[in-house]
Amino acid sequence: MLKSSEERRTAVFSLSHVALVLVAAVATAGVMGLWRNIMERKAESRQRVFEVVQIDEQTVDPAEWGKNFPRQYDSYRRTVDTERTRHGGSEAFQKLDDDPLWRVLFKGYAFGVDYREERGHAYMLQDQDETLRVTQFKQPGACLHCHASVLPLYRHVGALAGVDTGDAAGQVMKGFEVVCGMPYAEARNLTDAKGTKLVQHPVTCLDCHEPKTMRLRVTRPALLEGLDVLVRADAPLPHLPSVARWRQGSRARAYDVNVEASHQEMRALVCAQCHVEYYFKGDGKRVTYPWHNGLKVEEAEAYYDAVGHADWVHADSGADVLKAQHPEFELWSQGIHARSGVSCADCHMPYVREGAVKVSSHHVRSPLLDPARSCQTCHRLPEKELVARVEAIQDRTRALMLRAEEATVGLIAALAEAGKRADAPQEAITRARALHRQAQWRLDFVAAENSMGFHAPQESARILGEAIDLAHRGRIALMK
Amino acid sequence: MKFVTTFFSSPATALSCLLGALLGAGVFTFSEAEGLSYLGNASETCANCHIMREHYDGWQKASHHAVATCNDCHVPHAFIPKYLVKGENGFSHSKAFTLQNFHEPIRIRPKSRRIVLRNCLRCHGEVAGEMLERSRQVSDGEACIRCHGHVGHGAAR
Repeated sequence: MLKSSEERRTAVFSLSHVALVLVAAVATAGVMGLWRNIMERKAESRQRVFEVVQIDEQTVDPAEWGKNFPRQYDSYRRTVDTERTRHGGSEAFQKLDDDPLWRVLFKGYAFGVDYREERGHAYMLQDQDETLRVTQFKQPGACLHCHASVLPLYRHVGALAGVDTGDAAGQVMKGFEVVCGMPYAEARNLTDAKGTKLVQHPVTCLDCHEPKTMRLRVTRPALLEGLDVLVRADAPLPHLPSVARWRQGSRARAYDVNVEASHQEMRALVCAQCHVEYYFKGDGKRVTYPWHNGLKVEEAEAYYDAVGHADWVHADSGADVLKAQHPEFELWSQGIHARSGVSCADCHMPYVREGAVKVSSHHVRSPLLDPARSCQTCHRLPEKELVARVEAIQDRTRALMLRAEEATVGLIAALAEAGKRADAPQEAITRARALHRQAQWRLDFVAAENSMGFHAPQESARILGEAIDLAHRGRIALMK
Repeated sequence: MKFVTTFFSSPATALSCLLGALLGAGVFTFSEAEGLSYLGNASETCANCHIMREHYDGWQKASHHAVATCNDCHVPHAFIPKYLVKGENGFSHSKAFTLQNFHEPIRIRPKSRRIVLRNCLRCHGEVAGEMLERSRQVSDGEACIRCHGHVGHGAAR
């Protein structure tokens, strides 16, 4: 009995030793794992870029850039995702079915046939190829300015037109001029000497980044020309301090956005390459931003009136009407965020941390889909509260917009009716048509803009209020 | 000779070696992680892991830069509470950073906010004490920084 107790004690002793060995081994392994984790984090914070491939102006394919910048590339590729928000998102629903009043508002124009919500950046070229506005209507090569990564095409065409190889900027500008005037299909299918298609990608790295330094840059000729007229206008631009500085200077040199603008301004201006109001000027179909008097809705209108531009004659009202495009940059410019120095990228491409590395997300999308990263950096409120505040602004804008739509459609019906009458007073009809143009321009400016008023809530309400007023004045004009 | 044989065949020796290895690896990892720096008062330490980089950068530009370090506002000043809070924060920050499972942007906890408030009063008590006696917000630590939130790290953006 005693012996067996002794044996048992020895057995328990050895078992405890074995258990302790295991515990010590597991703990040591844990410590080593922690050490490796610490080393990885430290390495991440030290080196951000491994130059796996050489990138230059000829490297259009984002997959190549992605080899050097895998984190940015991963998020860039996610712009294929389709997600709905209450008033928008990136799903291509047919807006004409969603709100049939727009069929009436766009009657006689390509948008009355097909008006779908934009999808993500990844689809911008494909969607342009597929929209009925391009397949059923004749469109110019000008569209490619913002639906494709277009620099190789512009340089190639510019070179063919005789601009010297040393003058890259000159080639791009000349190419832009020639391509704008071509038929869409011809420009879309142009090939280089080897037979490779020159237009292959939607927006790519190259469009916003300088390949050697990754510095942000503006490459789109229409924005360079738009800024050139904008900086010479009198309109105050408190959200673009580099313009104010340039205006105070001697103005001997032209304003060069790629030299003058700060990095924070560039984080909005690279987006302004395309997210703006534009029209195709003259027979050359040159993409032109109507900023000659400033960025506000009535300042663009004054320019269109001065040059006598109309996008189409409305089929029912007979008015020379304008189509607003997507004036995100213009509306943001009137809002409190722009005024506070918050750029597009701050909310639409928020910083995302991966380990010890901080990268700006290239999954450009609605901030409502990631309010923590987009809003909470500045606004210390729960996500739900932030989304509720945004949606309150958007719901109010939508309610006011619906009234503006009904008022404008009412005016269109009244004009159609008056047009049929033999005794119609021509003067009143002319006056009412002018008011239709003004009302619809304002309504469409807010409707085509992609924030449902959020980029500048008071400005949006002011514009829609004016639209309602102008439409009713048109109906009153016809009553006399 | 017998001693050597007995010594090396004893399980206690093997165990000692293992525990020694654990201790060595632990101390080495601690030093690689700059563990000692966390016991001190230097503000750079708080940006070691890069999560608080922006807070550190903001502090360098903000008004309190000249008079207060991170610890002056964010940990108690008495010896024992100071190291208790440092220990607790150190553990939860390391855990969060290793497991990468925390809310972003990072937010101060109510408990830590109360520490900040007490530290406001440590310097500004004479001016603010009476105001606070009547304030409802003292309990959640909001009182001073609700309006003066930028003094530590500058404006939000």
